Amino acid sequence: MSSIISVRNLTKTYQSGFQALKSVSLEVEEGEILALLGPNGAGKTTLISTICGIVQATSGSVTVGGHDVVRHFRAARSLIGLVPQEIALEPFEKVFDAVSFSRGLFGRPADPAYVEKVLRQLSLWDKQDSLIMPLSGGMKRRVLIAKALAHQPRVLFLDEPTAGVDVELRKDMWEVVAGLKAEGVTIILTTHYIEEAEAIADRVGIINNGEILLVQDKADLMKQMGRKELHVDLAEPVQAVPEALAKYGLALGPAGRSLIYTYDAHGERRDIATLLSDLNAVGLRITDLATRESSLEDIFVGLVRGRS
Amino acid sequence: MNYPAIWVIFRKEMARFFRTIIESLISPVISTSLYFVVFGAAIGSKIETVGDISYGAFIVPGLIMLTVITQSVSNASFAINFPKFMGTIYELLSAPVSYLEIVIGYVGAATAKSVLIGLVILLTAFLFVDLPIAHPVVMLALLALTSFSFSLFGFIIGIWAKDFQQLQLIPLLVLTPLIFLGGSFYSVDMLPGVWRTIALFNPVVYLMSVFRWSFFNTADVPIGISLLAVAVFTGLCLAVVWWIFKTGWRIRQ
Repeated sequence: MSSIISVRNLTKTYQSGFQALKSVSLEVEEGEILALLGPNGAGKTTLISTICGIVQATSGSVTVGGHDVVRHFRAARSLIGLVPQEIALEPFEKVFDAVSFSRGLFGRPADPAYVEKVLRQLSLWDKQDSLIMPLSGGMKRRVLIAKALAHQPRVLFLDEPTAGVDVELRKDMWEVVAGLKAEGVTIILTTHYIEEAEAIADRVGIINNGEILLVQDKADLMKQMGRKELHVDLAEPVQAVPEALAKYGLALGPAGRSLIYTYDAHGERRDIATLLSDLNAVGLRITDLATRESSLEDIFVGLVRGRS
Repeated sequence: MNYPAIWVIFRKEMARFFRTIIESLISPVISTSLYFVVFGAAIGSKIETVGDISYGAFIVPGLIMLTVITQSVSNASFAINFPKFMGTIYELLSAPVSYLEIVIGYVGAATAKSVLIGLVILLTAFLFVDLPIAHPVVMLALLALTSFSFSLFGFIIGIWAKDFQQLQLIPLLVLTPLIFLGGSFYSVDMLPGVWRTIALFNPVVYLMSVFRWSFFNTADVPIGISLLAVAVFTGLCLAVVWWIFKTGWRIRQ
């Protein structure tokens, strides 16, 4: 797979002196869905805005489809569709006109049939003649997506696509994203919902304080996440893990009152039953059992706390 | 050149104009008629002639300029300030359009609207007075040039203004006095000595003078100087617009 977006050592310092991006580098592969996860103010929107041309970078470079976004802005921007975080639409425009306008703005000749296709895809066709003002928040967000897709972009940026959207609509949105991916569109979305990244992303990037902390395949991340711990509380404290239980690689809990068994929730081998019978065999009396799953949230919080 | 982009911007701006056709055209017609009633009929009957032109006819070029200048500034400034205010400017900034194309789209539409309004006022004026047009081609060219340069000026104000109050500030504080003191309703020659000299620092005087010349073949100041002044103003606005886009001032962070 080749990179469709390549961000190199991008920094952005706003006039106020606030450094929103600190030498960010990122490669986005063609056809993937990349979720950028991070708390508010992490630099997600600044990163997207710089790639799209809304914010001028202080230093560093960005290419989209091999075109530098500053020197060859026409070629680069023609490939990009952007759905902004805030709902920004002209209230007195009709849905169809708004989408046609976006298409023209990106240099494409008028094509009502294509606009119709986009509107149908987003279940907006019956609203095509409606003004934007009376539409619900969810519908307005769809209009934003339709506008971003009107010129058939190869890369779609979704900045917090489901912020303030109800659960049902969020699921709908995910379906739309899946459909676009099937058409070969590369999608970069920002979110602070970990659930969202888990549900639709191929890769997950974690960004905080203007730095990308990690970018990883979601499956690999899930493997890390999939680690579970079984806490076995003991009636009598032990000094050390009994010899007979060595093969389980147990850790000793606080004051020797518990044993901790770490295992892979997604793995084939599950030794909990044998472990419990072995515990019995060495004469340890169990008072309580608890399992704990590490989640993307833990990894995320750990990374974010660790650096700040 | 991204021609589809220029076209959709232009068309969208014109669509706004035609959507509010009543306000856009009827209100200048009504206010022009009121000016004719007040200045032309009521006060004008006491003045009768300026030079050898009836006062009613004399004020027509001034009225057209007054409306065209205010409309150009307000249309163009609103057109670019509204997307900034609504946040929809993100699309303009992320689209493959050059600054030139944005300016052509917005300023072009504002110019076209003003020319239309100017012509409508001219037609209305024919209902009230006998109006000679000595140099019709020059008159139309000046109408277009004035609309264009003040639309550019409005575009600059629209980018500069952070809110709707600021949007009103320059038109109200600077433009209206300049226009009223620029000889819309009188000849600069009618002013007493010192005021006449002061008036010559008002750029609108030159515009008004040459525009009136295109109707009546008489001017307050030499035509050449007038044309030069208009050209300098247009050039200045173009330079500022170029600088704004080059630096991203108040548009791109």
